[in-house]
Amino acid sequence: MNAVQSLPLDRERLEAVVREVLDQAQKAGASAAEAAVSCDNGLSVNVRLGEVETLEYHRDQGVGVTVYFGNRKGSASTSDLKSEALRETVEAAARIARYTAEDPCAGLADAALMAHDYPDLDLDHPWALEAEDAIVLARDCEAAAMQADARINNSEGSELSTFRGTAIYGNSHGFIGGYTGTRHSLSCTVVAEDEGGMQRDYWYSVARDRSALESPAEVGRHAAERTLRRLGARRLSTREAPILFAPELARGVIGHFVAAIRGGALYRKASFLLDALGEPIFPDFVRIHERPHLQGALGSAPFDGEGVRTGERDVVSNGVLQGYVLDSYSARKLGLVTTGNAGGVHNLLIEPGSVTGGTADQAGLLKEMGTGLLVTELIGHGVNTVTGDYSRGAAGYWVENGEFAYPVEEITVAGNLRDVFRRIVAVGSDVDARGNIQSGSLLVERMTIAGE
Amino acid sequence: MNQALDIARNHLLAPAGLAESDLDRVLGGLLGGAIDSGDLYLQLSRHESWSLEDGIVKDGGFNIEQGVGVRAISGEKTGFAYSDDILLPSLLEASKAARAIARHGETGGGRGLSVQLGHALYLPADPITALGEQAKIDLLHSVDAEARRQDPRVSQVMVSLSGLHEMVLVAGSDGTLAADVRPLVRLNVSVIVEHNGRRESGSAGGGGRSGYDFFLDHDRALGYAREAVRQALVNLEAVDAPAGSMTVVLGPGWPGVLLHEAIGHGLEGDFNRKGTSAFSGRIGERVAAPGVTVVDDGTLDGRRGSLNIDDEGVPTQRTVLIEDGVLRGYMQDKLNARLMGVSPTGNGRRESYAHLPLPRMTNTYMLAGTHDPQEIIASVDRGLYAVNFGGGQVDITSGKFVFSASEAYLIENGRITRPVKGATLIGNGPDVLTRVSMIGDDLKLDTGVGTCGKEGQSLPVGVGQPTLRVDGLTVGGTRA
Repeated sequence: MNAVQSLPLDRERLEAVVREVLDQAQKAGASAAEAAVSCDNGLSVNVRLGEVETLEYHRDQGVGVTVYFGNRKGSASTSDLKSEALRETVEAAARIARYTAEDPCAGLADAALMAHDYPDLDLDHPWALEAEDAIVLARDCEAAAMQADARINNSEGSELSTFRGTAIYGNSHGFIGGYTGTRHSLSCTVVAEDEGGMQRDYWYSVARDRSALESPAEVGRHAAERTLRRLGARRLSTREAPILFAPELARGVIGHFVAAIRGGALYRKASFLLDALGEPIFPDFVRIHERPHLQGALGSAPFDGEGVRTGERDVVSNGVLQGYVLDSYSARKLGLVTTGNAGGVHNLLIEPGSVTGGTADQAGLLKEMGTGLLVTELIGHGVNTVTGDYSRGAAGYWVENGEFAYPVEEITVAGNLRDVFRRIVAVGSDVDARGNIQSGSLLVERMTIAGE
Repeated sequence: MNQALDIARNHLLAPAGLAESDLDRVLGGLLGGAIDSGDLYLQLSRHESWSLEDGIVKDGGFNIEQGVGVRAISGEKTGFAYSDDILLPSLLEASKAARAIARHGETGGGRGLSVQLGHALYLPADPITALGEQAKIDLLHSVDAEARRQDPRVSQVMVSLSGLHEMVLVAGSDGTLAADVRPLVRLNVSVIVEHNGRRESGSAGGGGRSGYDFFLDHDRALGYAREAVRQALVNLEAVDAPAGSMTVVLGPGWPGVLLHEAIGHGLEGDFNRKGTSAFSGRIGERVAAPGVTVVDDGTLDGRRGSLNIDDEGVPTQRTVLIEDGVLRGYMQDKLNARLMGVSPTGNGRRESYAHLPLPRMTNTYMLAGTHDPQEIIASVDRGLYAVNFGGGQVDITSGKFVFSASEAYLIENGRITRPVKGATLIGNGPDVLTRVSMIGDDLKLDTGVGTCGKEGQSLPVGVGQPTLRVDGLTVGGTRA
């Protein structure tokens, strides 16, 4: 049933839904309105210990509408795209708008910013994958992990999933646009055991085009290596030390930076980077740029969640904050112009580099660090965007003279993010391209490790 | 009489012209060949939210979601499909897809459904329509005013109010026919305070399975406003937290998130069936100090984590997880219970019709001990007193867990002294409860704020505990 990943509703039908909703909003007396509709189709299989554990067919659709009566707004959404449900949804939004307050900053993004002509970003790469074939790939992936070493004696399974979806956005400026995209992923989680106990770790590959996925054997082997490396983990004594965040975690550290320069946090004065525009946040060598129009990238988008055209820009250059992450509402609250980030950032790339001018991969950065902690896992939510205070559970490897000494666990790493950002001494060339924020390993001069 | 079932029939079956006999027939068609069991989960939920900031109610939202999930099970294999139409052709199509898990064989006929009654822990009321819109707006404004009235250093107040009215109907191939109508309300207040260029935040809230009048009773909502401001002002004075292993006294109530992370997830049936939990195969062993008894109880009146029936139609129960320090049981859904040869415990829960059920917690808490909380604090020479927490997380295989304090104080010479900045606490689930050296007589449940995430599914849960002294938890501050 998944053979060509055909979507149950085509683009014309979804555009018609958006137009119908906008039309209903106008009839209900709204002075402005916007609507977004989506339809997704997917398949995921999980194979554990060689046997299929779950086979899931996904099919989701939904429409959301926001209506404005002058400066008052109301929103509603439904998964039912039939006309009667659409009318009821618009009515529900209009009913809410009767009770919300006048807010001078409320409204659509400015008409002049609409992305009336937008490029095709090569986001749609359907995969004609039958369930039987998906099972084979997941099984091969898990088998590669299980066969890697006798100490790998259990598994949470390997999962292959493939999704295809169309999203359409339109508003009463007359803008309507949309795109279809795919996302395929393969992951594997295994358990290894020795006399010291059990450890679990995972690996995954994700891409819009299946040909960019790592092979099942590679994903399985990576998962096995990562799990085995954790066996025999010890604790550390409490100390200050240099910290090297692995690329998949560096994404999160940069994510905290993004959270602090978001319009919503800024106008609420709930950010440790208030009024930081034009100020040095990172060392001189750091450049962070946003490239929304990269062909085929996971975070690419021709326009944002308000129909505003997206464009390439530097968020940080020479370590200095060049711009915030704004939608039109927060921009008006701050007396600024939207940066086309309603819904978030689109392909935020951190350039590799270092205080000393060179670039290095993770092995090079381990040498540069000498003695310190390579963090490969972080757990918990100990990040305060208001103050920048950061304290999270960690696991990884203690490194001596640039070499792995032993795995560590049950420790925390802590600091204030303002200090952490200033103390970044290198960004690795080992970039993890699996997300919307892409970074190499981040070497931080020092943070506090709490342990025994 | 089963009021919930009548309501579910009227809203889920009648509009589509479906009868229970149709569900039975679909189930019959689902079974056969290698498919040994299956179920249908029909759901209709209506959700609203209102939010206030800058002193005005800026936004409101309303969402309707409905659909049916079809599950077909063959041994350890599960096939799953769903549809957002509750109509016979969609049900048949979804069940055909779900059946693809096993090679097709002859399908059987209906087997007959019989009604499984649940508890009556909450009324099948609709919170959304029970209170007028203007009254909701007034409630938000009163909370805002109460927060601002507390202190001139309050610079921002954000209040959110949400209500859910959910109807579910479960029909299983084991003959189960059960329904539940579930109200759920939540109110949250976050404040920012500002003094001499320093900013700190505080938040408080609560809710449960009831109507919005819950927030008006005893001026509960105004209490949240005062509590959020109090926390934020404490944080304005906080100094850097210590780093290292030390004695930690945990306050009563919400700090029970310790139990949820440290042991709760590790006692869910799926991880134990698979042998991937640090608690696997340890029933009957000592995993906590004498005196420690922990239960998961889905049968508490009106609680956020309570359910009349779980999402597989099994009435919830009070399951003893740890009794006087000894591991007694796991939390089970039907699939894992069957595969482990035990009975389901009413812990089969799912986020929606579009998600598969998993063994999940309801309200997880530790029973009271005998110590006066003051006596517990007085017993500590140097340590941390942590009373409010943000979220937590656990690696169920290694057993390592964290939970992050948002309000904590130093204990010096048996007295609470300075407030310290929030810090993450980290420990090892299988041994943390063996380090519990004193248990307070002040058991409290949380105010109704918990949301638990597992495999991408979010669910409302409750936690609770008395004041506890734990000897040797690692505090992740910055002062080495």
